[in-house]
Amino acid sequence: MSISTQTKLDMLRAMLLARQFEETLTELCRQPGKIHGMMILATGQEAVGAGVCAALSPEDVILTNHRSHHHLLARGADPKALMAEIFGRRTGCNKGKSGTLHLAVPEVNALCTTTIVGGGFPIATGLGFAQQYQKQEAVTVCFFGDGATSEGSFHEALNLAGLWRLPVIFVCENNGYAAAQSYAEHTPVESLAARADAYGMPGECVDGNDAPSVLEATRRARERALAGDGPTLIECMTYRWRGHGETDPQHYQPAEEIAAWKERCPIARLSGFLQASGELSDAELEDLRASAAAIVTEAVRFAEESPWPEPEEALDDVWAE
Amino acid sequence: MQMLGMGQAVNQALREEMQRDSRIFLAGEGIGVGIHDSPMMPTYGLLEAFGPERVKDTPVSEAAIAGLAVGAAAGGLRPVVEVMFNPFFTLASDMIVNHAAKLRYLSGGKTSFPLVVRIKSGAGFGAGCQHSHNLEAWVAHCPGLKVVMPATPADAKGLLKSAIRDDNPVVFIEDMGLYFAPAEVPEGDYSIPIGKADIKRPGTDVTLVTWSKMLGVAMQAADQLAREGVDVEVVDLRTLTPLDTETILSSVRKTGRLVVLHEANRTGGFGGEIAALVMEQAFDALKAPLRRVTGPDIPVPASPPLERFYIPDAGQVIAAIKELL
Ligand SMILES: Cc1ncc(C[n+]2csc(CCOP(=O)(O)OP(=O)(O)O)c2C)c(N)n1
Repeated sequence: MSISTQTKLDMLRAMLLARQFEETLTELCRQPGKIHGMMILATGQEAVGAGVCAALSPEDVILTNHRSHHHLLARGADPKALMAEIFGRRTGCNKGKSGTLHLAVPEVNALCTTTIVGGGFPIATGLGFAQQYQKQEAVTVCFFGDGATSEGSFHEALNLAGLWRLPVIFVCENNGYAAAQSYAEHTPVESLAARADAYGMPGECVDGNDAPSVLEATRRARERALAGDGPTLIECMTYRWRGHGETDPQHYQPAEEIAAWKERCPIARLSGFLQASGELSDAELEDLRASAAAIVTEAVRFAEESPWPEPEEALDDVWAE
Repeated sequence: MQMLGMGQAVNQALREEMQRDSRIFLAGEGIGVGIHDSPMMPTYGLLEAFGPERVKDTPVSEAAIAGLAVGAAAGGLRPVVEVMFNPFFTLASDMIVNHAAKLRYLSGGKTSFPLVVRIKSGAGFGAGCQHSHNLEAWVAHCPGLKVVMPATPADAKGLLKSAIRDDNPVVFIEDMGLYFAPAEVPEGDYSIPIGKADIKRPGTDVTLVTWSKMLGVAMQAADQLAREGVDVEVVDLRTLTPLDTETILSSVRKTGRLVVLHEANRTGGFGGEIAALVMEQAFDALKAPLRRVTGPDIPVPASPPLERFYIPDAGQVIAAIKELL
């Protein structure tokens, strides 16, 4: 299936928004007292969120992790509610319970987000099982990093998903690092996609900085899942521009390596492609940028003007009534 | 005397013990090359000092890290492994709870597991409940595990040395808030026995039992009450299991009143164990019902006002004590 200009522009819009959102967070983290807690960003990895989510239908479910902003924004989560949650405000999407690390946005079928590395795999099999059981025309996407494949849960869950042919797409964002450990320091085999073989599912390695490639791989996996042929593992090769978190001095990431990957910016890649093909004018690109900036400015304003939760609100939401 | 944060005190204990005994090695996620480049952190500089054979950065694999410790301990080494945040202990728990704690017993006392699991814990850094969850009562519930939770850098250094020299599995829980609160630590080699509580402030009117970071809150409350003429005895447990019942009971027999303070949430918390102990063995000495001051029964929320609501403070301790007078 070819990719329409509209879809390509949607992916570009999603990436520009995520980039603007996270670059703004980097700035805000430099201002003392603005944002509390950790800040984990996916700057440079935007094509994964944008490419995968462009292949999904609203009924599909996504499950994400500690590095989730680009997934959630691409999925259509409200930037104001995300920003307010990151600021710890009552108007945040999780009423201040989550902060940035476990943003759940059921409104866009991002039902459960976990910052326990590897926590997502078994839950994704459960979500996929529920879809299979209820005969839904829908799949589950599980986003995770290369480091997460070192957890036992990866192997248990993929085995089960393969065995039961669950409609799950396991999307690995191989950004080269698990915290301070480089890929080669945490995994002894070259390809994570190759591990799919061991669990009876296809594994595909794609250029994770090329949104159209990510989109196409996801479409193939989704068709397989909906046809009852079971799960797929997609390994998206990308790179973490920032440190693990915003306080990480990144000593272990060679400057040349970062620079080389910045040359392969996923946004420049897609916008350049669209401009070359005549699908996007300079003025239109400027408009897209300006509109992303306006959305993020508005989100920050909304968050800063929002009230803090009352302390006793901490007691709410433990139990379903 | 040198002033060290608890992370630095742990670091010094690790360094001195590793120099003393070549069977000791460290393993954990980012304990060598890490994302925090701060001398306040417990494993700072140890990779450079002891090399990658003895300071092992691992993949993100808590079960494998814990199992590595169990096997290596049975095989003649003395592992000290790190769990980055207390909630991640659940992933390591099979190896510690079902194996480290039980295999000696199952062997009829023939195999030993001299290992230490260091766990970073505590609320107060805005990361939410998957990073902040005080699970000490879980591990204390497992026969075969010793559970140590120091409140001061000096205690941490001496207790960690004892933990490393102990032939049993020891779970050593460090509240990260204490990494950044320097205090006096003796230089050189000394150890503090596991299983001995410490009276951090003698008093006559009420016994306040606590451990780990809540010691600071307890001392603040005691200072405030002293100005109002109430003399609080602050007992720092230091070790949850084996529990120093004698120090607790003799303090309560002296004061006739008990308040237990912990950051972990209330239900099933270790405060209940202290309460039961005192009811069983010093009921006759009590002049008033006992009180617990704890976190509420909720996961730790991320937003600052919500997280502050979670963490017990001196005001709550003072109010609880005043109810008993
Ligand atoms: C069970 C567990 N162990 C450790 C951590 C701490 N931690 C958070 S992210 C991370 C690295 C994960 O690497 P990867 O899966 O490659 O994802 P990335 O951060 O690169 O996106 C670690 C070790 C955690 N959150 N959960």
